[in-house]
Amino acid sequence: MNTSHNNLTPGHNACAGCGQLSAAQSVMRALDNDTILVSATGCLEVTTTAHPQSAWRLPWMHSLFENSAAVGSGIKAALKNKKKNTKVVIQAGDGATYDIGIGFLSGLFERGDDVVYICYDTEAYSNTGIQASGSTPAGAKTTTTPGGANEIKKDMLAIALAHGVKYVAQSTAAFPDDITAKVKKALQVEGPAYIQILSPCIPGWKIQTNEAIKAARLAVATASYPLLEYTNGRLNNSSIKDSFRAQKVEDYLQLQGRFSHLSRKQIANIQSQADKNIKIYKL
Amino acid sequence: MKISFLEGSRAIAQTVANIKPEVVSAYPITPQTHIVEDLARFKAEGKADYEYLLAESEAAAASIVLGASAAGARVYTATSSQGLLLMLEVLYNASGLRLPLVMTVANRAVGAPINIWNDHSDAMAMRDAGWVMLFAENHQEAVDLHVIAYRLAESTNLPVAVNVDGFILTHSHENVIVPDNKTIKKFLPDYRPAAGTFLDPQNPSTIGGFFTPEHFWLERQRLDTDLKKSLPLISNLYKQWKKILRTPTPSKINFDNGLVEYCGPSHPETLIIAMGSMAGTIKETIRDNKNVGLLKIRSFRPFPDLRKFTSTCKRIAVIEKAMSSGASGPLFAEVGSSLSNYKGVISDNIVGLGGRDVSLQTIKHIIKSSGKAGVKFW
Ligand SMILES: Cc1ncc(C[n+]2csc(CCOP(=O)(O)OP(=O)(O)O)c2C)c(N)n1
Repeated sequence: MNTSHNNLTPGHNACAGCGQLSAAQSVMRALDNDTILVSATGCLEVTTTAHPQSAWRLPWMHSLFENSAAVGSGIKAALKNKKKNTKVVIQAGDGATYDIGIGFLSGLFERGDDVVYICYDTEAYSNTGIQASGSTPAGAKTTTTPGGANEIKKDMLAIALAHGVKYVAQSTAAFPDDITAKVKKALQVEGPAYIQILSPCIPGWKIQTNEAIKAARLAVATASYPLLEYTNGRLNNSSIKDSFRAQKVEDYLQLQGRFSHLSRKQIANIQSQADKNIKIYKL
Repeated sequence: MKISFLEGSRAIAQTVANIKPEVVSAYPITPQTHIVEDLARFKAEGKADYEYLLAESEAAAASIVLGASAAGARVYTATSSQGLLLMLEVLYNASGLRLPLVMTVANRAVGAPINIWNDHSDAMAMRDAGWVMLFAENHQEAVDLHVIAYRLAESTNLPVAVNVDGFILTHSHENVIVPDNKTIKKFLPDYRPAAGTFLDPQNPSTIGGFFTPEHFWLERQRLDTDLKKSLPLISNLYKQWKKILRTPTPSKINFDNGLVEYCGPSHPETLIIAMGSMAGTIKETIRDNKNVGLLKIRSFRPFPDLRKFTSTCKRIAVIEKAMSSGASGPLFAEVGSSLSNYKGVISDNIVGLGGRDVSLQTIKHIIKSSGKAGVKFW
């Protein structure tokens, strides 16, 4: 792991123990100075750029909540016209990615622009107070699903793969080296790459400030959110099995206040989804 | 330079290509389509060096050129009507981030009811977005205003919209001189944004950070101040450019400072105030009239001082192609607030909505009824 870069400096005002900021640090370790960053509106943007301060050492821009994919395309096009090879990395939350920005992301995938798109998946609109997003898993309580979400979590990896995206991966904040390695691979790919990182949100998941990494580790260990990687549409074996120790999803769910109301039956349903993951991904 | 008989869209597209933007992105909507089709074709034929990006919506097209502009590129987009409204959030963003986007608006009504024909409702939806808004009367003016728009945008970091009436200008043919790149270069230098103002790995900066109340209003105040300060600059640039590209004027113009143009007697009894292509119809109507003059507004944002044109006239008839429903037309509101001490009669005449024909007869009726104040639909 290369820790010499400090592209995202301390002094930001994210919550203590924030999983997203921790994941972002791992992303930043993969980047050299010849990189331009785009952020969507959301926690990462708000907590790192309170004017006139900024936690970013790389050129960084934020435009709107939904359009960071298109902004990234435009930046890359400008660089291409100027014959520069500067890399472009887009960072957005799950709300920006799964919901309001999905059309923009689809446009980016279709154009095939050579950028890396990172989705920090907090499984809710964290910045506006933990409302449900298309990524909120079934059963999770949010401020707009006070009785627990009904919807199934949208499968963004499948959506990216259906666009023919050549590098698609999933990780969690608990695996910094895995994140850094995946971002580095994504940068090697010509055309768009999509990486989604489960990023526990302290107030959103109702966990303690020292539990973000534990939660992100349990998400993997229970096969709820496996570490996955697809190159050219094919699932790689590389990062899947290493850290997997089959634990019951209950261990993962019990940690989090957002699932505290679940019935035995609901937990069994979630377990069967995890069991399916074990089969599909041969964990 | 040679006079060609061209479709308005072709003249605009050729001018934009000669200006040499680095990144172009757009989404098709009638009546903007011919412009962006031409630009795509120039690129496909190897006649242009810009990147041409297909967007999946107008919001994306605007966002693409916004990103490209933030990376220091000269950019272009074009839209109309519903497309402009879909861009609106990005348009506020561009001015707030001080990015010098240039956009053609092929003006069209906004639905419902859905309608593809010309009026100024789309432009008025971006009235408060912090853009410079220029309106062209004819093909030549459309061409000239695009060249001026780039110089203005890139020297002030203000985005500029050039409004051209849909169909009336975009789909009609007129004699026009399209300046070549060499001529344009005499007026418009290559775009080289200052270090630290764009996304540059050599000089990392944070663009679009989070502004708390103590900082936000200062930024918006600065935008307003800079827009107003650009009034004399627009005037100068217009004059400079017209010295470089001299073109024949079809009717006698008594005054033109780039921001406004006046046509008519030195002391008119009735002053018409209007924008865009209908200025041509109005000029034709009042050609031999000793009592009526036309003040054409070319720069709607920033809005110029009109007082010296209104000191002696008894009546002002604003003629406009948009309505702020429940109040008056937006141009009327502007004229009223800038002439708060005016003692004569001001009327607001809403014409041409959704492409309704504005004929010589319409203008004559308006002049005849100009003694009566209030908002009237024609
Ligand atoms: C068009 C628009 N709609 C709504 C908002 C309000 N808003 C800002 S951030 C946000 C939620 C962000 O959620 P997500 O993308 O998941 O990122 P997170 O904050 O969780 O990191 C919302 C709803 C907005 N800024 N713009």
